[in-house]
Amino acid sequence: MLIKLAKASDSKESEVTPHASYLSRRTLLGGSMLALAATGLPRLAAADPSLYADVDPGKAPTWFAKKLPNTQWQAVTVKGEAITPFKDATHYNNYYEFGTDKGDPAANAGALKTEPWSVVIDGEVAKPGRYALEDFMQPYQLQERIYRMRCVEAWSMVIPWLGFPLADLLKQVEPTSKARYIRFETLNDPAVMPGQRSDFALIQWPYVEGLRLDEAMHPLTILAVGMYGRELPNQNGAPLRLVVPWKYGFKGVKSIVRISLVSEQPTTTWQNIAPDEYGFFANVNPKVDHPRWTQARERRLPSGLFSPNVRDTQMFNGYEEEVASLYTGMDLRKNY
Amino acid sequence: MRFLWWRLLVFLAAGAWPFWWVYQAWIFALGPDPGKVLVDRLGLGTLVLLMVTLCMTPLQRLTGWPGWIAVRRQLGLWCFAYALMHLAAYLFFVLGLDWGQLGVELRKRPYIIVGALGLLCLLVMAVTSNRYSQRRLGRRWKLLHRLAYMVLGLGLLHFLWVVRADLKEWSVYAGVGVLLMVVRVPGVVRRLPRLGAG
Repeated sequence: MLIKLAKASDSKESEVTPHASYLSRRTLLGGSMLALAATGLPRLAAADPSLYADVDPGKAPTWFAKKLPNTQWQAVTVKGEAITPFKDATHYNNYYEFGTDKGDPAANAGALKTEPWSVVIDGEVAKPGRYALEDFMQPYQLQERIYRMRCVEAWSMVIPWLGFPLADLLKQVEPTSKARYIRFETLNDPAVMPGQRSDFALIQWPYVEGLRLDEAMHPLTILAVGMYGRELPNQNGAPLRLVVPWKYGFKGVKSIVRISLVSEQPTTTWQNIAPDEYGFFANVNPKVDHPRWTQARERRLPSGLFSPNVRDTQMFNGYEEEVASLYTGMDLRKNY
Repeated sequence: MRFLWWRLLVFLAAGAWPFWWVYQAWIFALGPDPGKVLVDRLGLGTLVLLMVTLCMTPLQRLTGWPGWIAVRRQLGLWCFAYALMHLAAYLFFVLGLDWGQLGVELRKRPYIIVGALGLLCLLVMAVTSNRYSQRRLGRRWKLLHRLAYMVLGLGLLHFLWVVRADLKEWSVYAGVGVLLMVVRVPGVVRRLPRLGAG
């Protein structure tokens, strides 16, 4: 089934900054250094030339390589905003299981083994079970969704994800009438995740996130398995992660091992640490500050040294027209 | 001037870091958010310099070498300079020079208030760091410059309130801070071994 979403936040292909001009911008800025670094790297597989500049082709699992040619490219795009360079999207990450510095996930996530991978579906569903990822992915066609990503720390990026609507999965597993929320769990494996070994971490592992069922069913909500025309790099949440573009980035739970349909609102990891700072909804909202900093503005990365790329944050991260109706009558100041 | 080369060495060692960081940012070695990295490094640099400054007196007692005290004021002034650069970087990279927002932050955010208080204390000490003020203030000068201990506490609190999820790094700094205060307790001072002749 082809879901066509033509909304205000969409744009035509022609409105996205052309890759060619994006590349030349980079060449001007620091191209020579980067080119040097890139030629030094061995190319593992002779993959198709990527749509995007300077993408490390990675090593796609067989099931992913089989799906990729049938991808519906640019199924959803953003208007007049440049896509964040691959290097930045993969070397500036919050993935606390691998360390709290932005560079830690890229440095440490190599040890994560994403094949074989299985996902447990349980709770209020007609068809619970444990699925091997390749079987789990079997029914879905990949779509490219170019989304804004707004972190709760007031920086943002634009990322071309590859995934499928979470709603399609929910139709497969058939939630029962008691299901009102969906709960996600990240892998818990201290042997490969140094952050889970830290004695000073305030986080109780595993990382847990959740959505209300209608949020989960919304056509913008996807489960992603790839980005920039390839499979997800480990530091970005391989092999399976959630992307909810109108919510702060921490809702996008990574390396999912368990999806449960539940009747009660699950307590999420960040709510557990600081309930006054991180709510269950975590919708991007420039009018509701984080207690420690403002959410009115954001730094769009990459941000230059002499021209900090500071811009106004949009309500629901620019997806207001599509999602505002989910929250009709709700006090967003209380339900942050 | 006594210890001319030693002073010069300390001057260069303390002053070189920001140049190095800006150079790194220039060649894209600080990642996609170089402004934020500069803010963080300058803040941490301020705290480190404060701690290094507070090491000088115990080191002098321990070794008897007067060279430690000879660079103490300079280090304190470097600490102030880093704090100013930290503020400037915050205003430029985080607030985008939005002065109205600065007013809001100063009223609403405890960690910003604590940081501003610490900077004020450093300012007071910086302007009274000259010989003239030392002579004029007499015994009160020493008392006034005990503000450094307060800045240490404020700095650690400011740092603590920025932490989101892992206290490991903060704990190391707090531990060193506690140690620096403990070696100033009179009973402890008397028991410290003296390695030098001093």
